[in-house]
Amino acid sequence: MAAIYDNQNIRWNMSIDKQDVQKIAHLARLALTEADADQYQLSLSSVLSLVEEMQSVNTDGVEPLSNPLEMTQRLREDVVTEENRRDAFLANAPQTEAGLFLVPKVID
Amino acid sequence: MNWEVVIGLEIHTQLSTKSKLFSGAAVGFGAEPNTQTTLVDLGMPGALPVFNKEALRMAVMFGHAINAEIGMTSVFARKNYFYPDLPKGYQTSQMDHPIVGKGYLDVMLEDGTTSRIGITRAHLEEDAGKSLHEDFQGMTGIDLNRSSTPLLEIVSEPDIRSAKEAVAYVKMIHSIVTYLGICDGNMAEGSMRCDINLSLRPKGQKEYGTRTEIKNVNSFRFIEKAIYTEIERQADILEDGGRIIQETRLYDPEKNETRSMRSKEDANDYRYFPCPDLLPVVLTQEYVDNIKATLPELPSQKAARFQSEHGLSEYDANVLSSSRAMADFFENANNVVKDPKLTANWVMGELSKLLNQEQLDIENSPVSAQTFGELLVRIKDNTINGKTAKDVLQAMWDGEGSADAIIEAKGLKQVTDTGAIEAMIQTILDANATQVEQYRAADEDKQKKMIGFFVGQVMKASQGKANPGLVNPILVKMLKG
Repeated sequence: MAAIYDNQNIRWNMSIDKQDVQKIAHLARLALTEADADQYQLSLSSVLSLVEEMQSVNTDGVEPLSNPLEMTQRLREDVVTEENRRDAFLANAPQTEAGLFLVPKVID
Repeated sequence: MNWEVVIGLEIHTQLSTKSKLFSGAAVGFGAEPNTQTTLVDLGMPGALPVFNKEALRMAVMFGHAINAEIGMTSVFARKNYFYPDLPKGYQTSQMDHPIVGKGYLDVMLEDGTTSRIGITRAHLEEDAGKSLHEDFQGMTGIDLNRSSTPLLEIVSEPDIRSAKEAVAYVKMIHSIVTYLGICDGNMAEGSMRCDINLSLRPKGQKEYGTRTEIKNVNSFRFIEKAIYTEIERQADILEDGGRIIQETRLYDPEKNETRSMRSKEDANDYRYFPCPDLLPVVLTQEYVDNIKATLPELPSQKAARFQSEHGLSEYDANVLSSSRAMADFFENANNVVKDPKLTANWVMGELSKLLNQEQLDIENSPVSAQTFGELLVRIKDNTINGKTAKDVLQAMWDGEGSADAIIEAKGLKQVTDTGAIEAMIQTILDANATQVEQYRAADEDKQKKMIGFFVGQVMKASQGKANPGLVNPILVKMLKG
């Protein structure tokens, strides 16, 4: 399996196969039908073609951009401003018990 | 085969802020489930994080303490994975631009040698919630109180070569973060957790072997034991010609073994990318310098001062400065006694023994530094000898009052009247004529050993109250006849 995007060493694999599509879907916890996978293989590959085109631009000396806004992060004072709203939050959940959200059993 | 162990540690320290890293919910251990959460911590759509100023200050402070480069522009990134106690589907962390860059620590080992451990980076990230696997209608319960609690993850270089060195390093980090007041250091409550990356290679080989990662070890003792068992496991496999599988393992203290946790091939495919909800954090030099100016005296500096100012040995100075509470206890007691060596010996000796027996931290010692100092003053001025002082300390520990009150009440004052001591010695010599004869007949070396018998008799007769400093010379003189 070729890495699609590798943080340490950015490299792009310009066409993606169906296995790649299924892997991306699995990581995103999406179930794809065969037909879906075919469709996504085409559309994702065309996105990568666009990226390939952009790769030809010379970016020597250009810092990677982490945010398009030319602003910096605002900071919050370290004070507790929120009160306990557990009942309201739990009311949204399909199942709760003893103040806990219940989810299908997970075993590590 | 002679194996060399290579260890790198990731230590998660929980920063002791009042509110969370990205929300205004309270941080605290042991609250009712889900009572300390907000829309942000629950990952509700549209809820936006706002970064806690205090967490930033604490991280920068730590950076200074390990001689690190501070990230003047740091960026939050999303680490994507699915787990029910992570409702957003990603952990907000830092990847390419951490708040603290390369630094190092000099760690002193038990044998007195020092080794320098490189620190690759320390980054800010949020903690996840907690999954409770007890049976709730066959389901798992999720408590999100811990979600978004600020963590500083401190990543070391693979510079560690033994379990002892690993423990010394973690203890050093523990002592620094508690000195700085940025973490309560309570490992039992998970305020400090350690991931151990460990591999073996034949001695002399340059390339690293395949490593495993042991997750979430939460006590000094378990770190040491987990490392020993994992070294053994890997060495067994390698010596049988097998291969180590790169995987995450869990240490089970009850069985004293590590076992595989997850070996999903995509376990580490986290697809980091810059978090679009948070802007770059940009610091000014002035801000960074101001924080540096507020750094308290650190353990290594305190140890150096204990040597230069109090004339303590390097070993004593290191032990006493290892925790801020112990260093303060020592200095406060010494302010009363004004005898650093005596104070050091008694803090590290008798007091530590009692604390260990009751598994108490020095902060919770029933005997305060002040009253402990008062006891030592009575040793120093010869009111009592060391042996009696141990009994007095035990009585103080049991709440029987101050040293002076106990000495008075029990009549423990040392006999320093030479006339009385001579009379006592004469009685003993008369009663043990045979031993006296043997002593007089023996050569000097033998005599030195034999005198212990007479000292013991005198101490017994005086119920431990005779001043040994006086007893010895008088005894030698009288034995000569």
